[in-house]
Amino acid sequence: MSTLEIKDLHASVETESGPREILQGVTLTVKAGETHAVMGPNGSGKSTLAYVIAGHPKYTVTSGSITLDGNDVLDMSVDERARAGLFLAMQYPVEVPGVSVSNFLRTSVTAVRGEAPKLRLWVKEMKAAMEALSIDPSFAERSVNEGFSGGEKKRHEILQLELLKPKIAVLDETDSGLDVDALKIVAEGVNRFQADGTTGTLLITHYTRILRYIHPQFVHVFFDGRIVESGGPELATQLEDEGYERFIKAASPA
Amino acid sequence: MTATPATDHAPRVASRQVADHGVPSGREEEWRFAPLARLAGLHSSGEPLTGAVAVEVTGEGIEVETVGPDDDRVARTLVPTDIVSARALASARDVRIIRVPRESVGVARVTVVGHGEQAGSHIVIEAEPFSTGTVVLEHRGSGALASNVEIRVGDSAKLTVVSVQDWDRDAVHIARHDAVVGRDARLLMGHVTLGGDVVRILPTVSYAAPGGDAELLGLFFAESGQFLEHRVFVDHAIPQCRSFVLYKGALQGEGAHTVWIGDVLVRSGATAIDTYEVNRNLLLTDGARADSVPNLELETGEIVGAGHASATGRFDDEQLFYLRARGIPEDLARVLVVRGFFTDVLTRLGLPDVTAAVMASVDARLGVDLAGTGLEEDDD
Repeated sequence: MSTLEIKDLHASVETESGPREILQGVTLTVKAGETHAVMGPNGSGKSTLAYVIAGHPKYTVTSGSITLDGNDVLDMSVDERARAGLFLAMQYPVEVPGVSVSNFLRTSVTAVRGEAPKLRLWVKEMKAAMEALSIDPSFAERSVNEGFSGGEKKRHEILQLELLKPKIAVLDETDSGLDVDALKIVAEGVNRFQADGTTGTLLITHYTRILRYIHPQFVHVFFDGRIVESGGPELATQLEDEGYERFIKAASPA
Repeated sequence: MTATPATDHAPRVASRQVADHGVPSGREEEWRFAPLARLAGLHSSGEPLTGAVAVEVTGEGIEVETVGPDDDRVARTLVPTDIVSARALASARDVRIIRVPRESVGVARVTVVGHGEQAGSHIVIEAEPFSTGTVVLEHRGSGALASNVEIRVGDSAKLTVVSVQDWDRDAVHIARHDAVVGRDARLLMGHVTLGGDVVRILPTVSYAAPGGDAELLGLFFAESGQFLEHRVFVDHAIPQCRSFVLYKGALQGEGAHTVWIGDVLVRSGATAIDTYEVNRNLLLTDGARADSVPNLELETGEIVGAGHASATGRFDDEQLFYLRARGIPEDLARVLVVRGFFTDVLTRLGLPDVTAAVMASVDARLGVDLAGTGLEEDDD
């Protein structure tokens, strides 16, 4: 059973006026079978947390630790983290012109599984996964994320999630920019991924609407680079009614 | 001797006679990027080039003749306008004329292999009216070659001519490729330049009658120390024609240098034409240099469209991050991005064996063996 453990994590980004600390002591544990929602206002640093877990070179970890099943994640390169079982569904997936979705998926699956899937089985597997997300088969021949609508990009991220079957998935604002139908399709994909209880999900979101379809056991409020309150699903309901005002007020000096 | 105006510079001398052409000093617009000291003297005298290259033509549905340089079908479309092309013609021992007969379909493969000598060559490719032809020229080996390819696309014919420069690392190649496109005819001219020490290709396209459509496509990959130049000239003098120019280059290593010049001239009579040219370069490392000069000259505004774009950029770190975040190791991610960069040109060329050769070259240059990566579908 997998465990992602984040302890007192501090991370900064280079700015024109020197390094600026964005994560200021994040502590969070996500275990297999658990879904955690990290919610916070814009600019609170919650997306930075997602990118730091994935290893984006823009951020420097200044102290603290991240481990996956006891292994030091911070010591791994970006691709090693993915092969170790971490996955980041990005808010703004990157276009890779000229690289077809099918080539990309097969290369990625081969890297993560450690061997190339047999072509015949692979085609079947990919088609089934695409169908489950209502993705048109012609999609496989398009360039990765190029000319995709917002909804197509997000469905493509969840397609990768289902094919790569990571131990722990981090979903960064996967709900943003989706209409109701697309949101349902994406949420169903996440629920399929999470269904057998062997994987964990860290859902990063600004809005509560995705929580109508994905039900986290744990909800954390993120503000000013750290978790300021944790609770159960009732915390999300409270945020829905009251917004982030209480936390913003509590954090600002009297 | 006749004088034809050229864009951006003084009228050029057009003559078969080597003696009519001067030795370039390097200050001329056309020569200003070229490393004259590395041209193996191809430009520096009017002496005949006495060596040889092995030229072999195979194919189906084509007719091949071997004639002398004085044949009246030779140097009709391509009349030399500089000393190198004049020398190429004068030194060409056997001029090949490759013809796709009227209303038929033909495919030809021309291999040109150098054996370390200095040589000149001249090839005529003619697609007769209503024919469809594909001609691939493949250059290999070493030596110094001055070559001319003159291309005539008859009325309503469709012709694809792709020249692949896959030379050994020490070769020098200067080539002029001049094409005339007939009424409602379509030409696809492609240049794939990978090998050689110095390669300079000068394609020119003009039109004989309205309705002509020319697509010029190029792809080049320069490594440390290589100089690869493509200097395109599209001459629109006829109404209702179209041109599309797309060249993409990758560069890596200290002193890798590429030059792309895109001169498009729309003369006053060329109304209702449509032209667009693009050059994109991808710098994979520091120390490489890509010169890119689009030049669009309009003598009439009564056109459908005219535009150009040029961009030279570094490797996109966000693309690398995205691919690596999916478990793909960095070196393989770089191969994917470079392959992807060239894909649109290769798709437009539409020749699977050229695509395979380019992909193999990209993989080798980036030092990645794709066996077992899932990218090559050869495991079943």
